[in-house]
Amino acid sequence: MSDKNINIKLKVWRQNGPNDAGRFDNYEMNEIPTAASFLEMMDMLNEKLLGEGKEPISFDHDCREGICGACSMFINGRAHGPDNAVTTCQLHMRKFKDGDTITIEPWRAKAFPVIKDLMVDRYSLDLIQQAGGYVSVNTGSAPDANSMPIHKDIAEEAFDAAACIGCGACVATCKNGSAMLFVGAKVSHLALLPQGKIEAKERAQKMLAKMDELGFGSCSNTGACEVECPKEVSISFIARLNREYLVANLKD
Amino acid sequence: MKGFLSSSIGKKLLMSLSGLFLIVFLLVHLGVNLTMLFDPIDGTVYNKAANFMGTNPIMKVMEPLLALGFFLHILYGIIVQLNNWKARGSSKYAVVDQKDSSTWASRNMIWLGVFVFTFLIVHIINYYAVLKFGQPPSTHVDGVEMHNTFKLVSDLFEIWWYDLIYIIGFIALGLHLHHAFWSAFQTLGLNNKIWRRRLEIIGDIYTIVVVAGFTIIPLYFLIF
Repeated sequence: MSDKNINIKLKVWRQNGPNDAGRFDNYEMNEIPTAASFLEMMDMLNEKLLGEGKEPISFDHDCREGICGACSMFINGRAHGPDNAVTTCQLHMRKFKDGDTITIEPWRAKAFPVIKDLMVDRYSLDLIQQAGGYVSVNTGSAPDANSMPIHKDIAEEAFDAAACIGCGACVATCKNGSAMLFVGAKVSHLALLPQGKIEAKERAQKMLAKMDELGFGSCSNTGACEVECPKEVSISFIARLNREYLVANLKD
Repeated sequence: MKGFLSSSIGKKLLMSLSGLFLIVFLLVHLGVNLTMLFDPIDGTVYNKAANFMGTNPIMKVMEPLLALGFFLHILYGIIVQLNNWKARGSSKYAVVDQKDSSTWASRNMIWLGVFVFTFLIVHIINYYAVLKFGQPPSTHVDGVEMHNTFKLVSDLFEIWWYDLIYIIGFIALGLHLHHAFWSAFQTLGLNNKIWRRRLEIIGDIYTIVVVAGFTIIPLYFLIF
């Protein structure tokens, strides 16, 4: 299967800058190896465009091994494309059939303005993180092993939340353009551990206030975010965020 | 506490609490309605139950509370939805494929809500307004004069197209409840990986009871 080549048609969103209206351009790509990753296919397209003296397509990418959260793209109506639990760099052309037309769009949300083509500004997620997604006391250097016992289940759950790479697929997928899965993951992974527990309530309040302020929508529990999340972060972390937030406000 | 109820979670809290209140109301309403089937010929049991609901002092307090519950749920439903449409941004996706990632009902709660609201208006005009302000038929039960609510309801249930509207209204309500029940607990933070599935199942059982319970009554009067 991996040595097969396919011919595909691409419908790619092109936008010159934040204020440009944007449009779809069509491209044909022939003899694409199915073993190629989606981003390698995009590289081939850009090589072709450069060869023709045309402007290449801008898109975000960095580690290309599924851990940095830089790559985005809304492919055929789904964040990171048709495969589950992967980033776009880990999506491979074997997921597509010969003759397919693939529609590629940028993440679209009010809080994610397009910079150029498929590249969007996700700085709003950094601003939410800066509003409280940290432990504000000096916890010293790495503690001795087992000096602070943490139950295995709790450690596992905190790790599941901490797996969030901040890619923004949840926001891009959410019909409400909400960042609740991102905020839920960040609030939960710190709230579950002793170092982060002390400021948990305040953190939930600050991060949610920032999320609202930046123009993200509110959660209506459709659950689409957890399906599209490359790290399979569960919406049970949104329930935990709701809990932290409600208790924090009832105590005040 | 400042700005709590105007935050995104605060608004959802109001949706959740008012929704759960309406969920309890539906069960009470269903309980009263089902008494129609106890004596479907002259409806004495139902008339007594309806008379009790219409006259006892607790209901006098619950009635405005119920109106408030509906009002808050509808008002905040619209406010939250308008804000969510705004958050999606002005540039729309050309292709959206969510068939594998979310249920149709969860994506269309606002439209199901609009549909149920329309049905609610029809329902109020047909029954509540007649009983409160109109001239409903009257009857004597154990020497006490009361509204013959049974006749008012069962007469309408014998019209097939009215039954059709009624049943479609409850199917829409059922789809709304299918997402609403567990969602209300999720918003309150009373959910985790284990309870998610349990709440969904409890919610679906509740939904089936409500939809089947309410639709069985007009079907009975249509068929017999």
